[in-house]
Amino acid sequence: MGREEFVFLLIGLKWTVALSIVAFVCGCVAGLVVALARTSGIAIVEGVTAFYIAIFQGTPLLMQLFVVYYGLALVGIRMDAWAAVSVGLTLHASAYLGEIWRGSIEAVPRGQTEAAKALALGYVSRMKDVVLPQAIRISLPATVGFLVQLIKGTSLASIVGFTELTRAGNIISNQIFQPITVFGIVGALYFIMCCPLTIWGAHLERRFAASAR
Amino acid sequence: MIQTATKADTTEPMITMSDVGKWYGAFQALHDVDITVAKGERIVLCGPSGSGKSTLIRCINHLEAYQKGEIHVGGILLGHSSKTIDAVRREVGMVFQQFNLFPHLTVLQNCMLAPIRALGLSKAEAQERAKSLLERVKISEQAEKYPAQLSGGQQQRVAIARALCMRPKVMLFDEPTSALDPEMVKEVLDTMIALAEEGMTMICVTHEMGFARQVADRVIFMANGAIVEEAPPAEFFSNPQHERTRKFLGEILGRH
Ligand SMILES: Nc1ncnc2c1ncn2[C@@H]1O[C@H](COP(=O)(O)OP(=O)(O)O)[C@@H](O)[C@H]1O
Ligand SMILES: [Mg+2]
Repeated sequence: MGREEFVFLLIGLKWTVALSIVAFVCGCVAGLVVALARTSGIAIVEGVTAFYIAIFQGTPLLMQLFVVYYGLALVGIRMDAWAAVSVGLTLHASAYLGEIWRGSIEAVPRGQTEAAKALALGYVSRMKDVVLPQAIRISLPATVGFLVQLIKGTSLASIVGFTELTRAGNIISNQIFQPITVFGIVGALYFIMCCPLTIWGAHLERRFAASAR
Repeated sequence: MIQTATKADTTEPMITMSDVGKWYGAFQALHDVDITVAKGERIVLCGPSGSGKSTLIRCINHLEAYQKGEIHVGGILLGHSSKTIDAVRREVGMVFQQFNLFPHLTVLQNCMLAPIRALGLSKAEAQERAKSLLERVKISEQAEKYPAQLSGGQQQRVAIARALCMRPKVMLFDEPTSALDPEMVKEVLDTMIALAEEGMTMICVTHEMGFARQVADRVIFMANGAIVEEAPPAEFFSNPQHERTRKFLGEILGRH
């Protein structure tokens, strides 16, 4: 495999990173909304968000990307592959992160919210100053774990024709007929991204377990 | 029904609960509760576990909603709109059995948060106020520490200071010494006694009968979600009117 092919893979890698970042950052913002809605105490809002989460947890990510990519085109919204997979992955991430954070919000002891209420703090301050800082700490290991899943999940974007790392590998492999070498390198690139995050997640988990004792 | 002649009859009442009923689903936790607390009055609320003491004081700052009757605090009718609830909560401080300090904030930050967010104080004002109140509960040297670094007694004194930073008109205590090791009970009671001596209106759920004798104007005894009897402490301890009260006092005083 030559230099040009390798550079082509690196460009694919760049898009994988970009896609992961966009989906994770937008997914965090939307996921926060989902988590707050899911714990709002308003029955209908909680019900609707529970359904939203169930849909994304109960169907394959690939199907979700298909629905966004082809479905939006059907209703007349034209998007290029990059925008479509970003939207699809963001929605996917919002549901998963929303559910992770719902659990963490509920894991913060009730007494915290009660003390905040007794101090006349309104909802925004109760969440922003009291509950979320503690919930985020609790959720950090699971959040990092999901980020790793998300990075690997971006490879499915290749199937709707977006040239990220996996599709770049596919293209090169078809050109030079060295699938083992090419996908070995592709795999190594994913590993380099994901493995440190996994180690960091495990580290956070240990630290959290230690401080909870 | 029991009516006692107290200071409440001569001055504007700080708290009135009239005919208050509270249900958890089908279970009635409070039955027709009538209490009037005068400004500056110190009430000790006691009764067996599950008798509704926590429920009663948690209705006063609407941590629990009540379904029947009326509660007035500092002249405000505690309705169910967030406006009146917040207005009442700004006047009422609460201290919990489990302290409930915010573990991710330092002692000083714990005390500064609500005055800034709920009263709109500037950071400097809130800090000055927090420092003076931490001084008052004799814990100012711990201001930069986190709650987990303090003993239980110290944490509870911080919790008292945190509530006082709102300059409340009323303080509610829900078994503030029950979670403490015995050697730390005194420091918290001393803080509460000092507060009582300064004229704070207080309702204390506690089984510390020594505290009741020393500072209470009235002791209220509850059982099964209703007020059974209320009297000044001397009378309450020496001449309880009801069998239920005598049994309770026998248990609680026999233990100590
Ligand atoms: N959130 C709740 N849901 C249902 N029942 C409750 C709840 N909180 C308290 N109770 C019930 O109400 C009664 C009074 O409780 P509580 O006020 O905590 O009593 P106390 O503080 O005197 O021990 C108890 O029987 C208790 O089981
Ligand atoms: Mg209780």
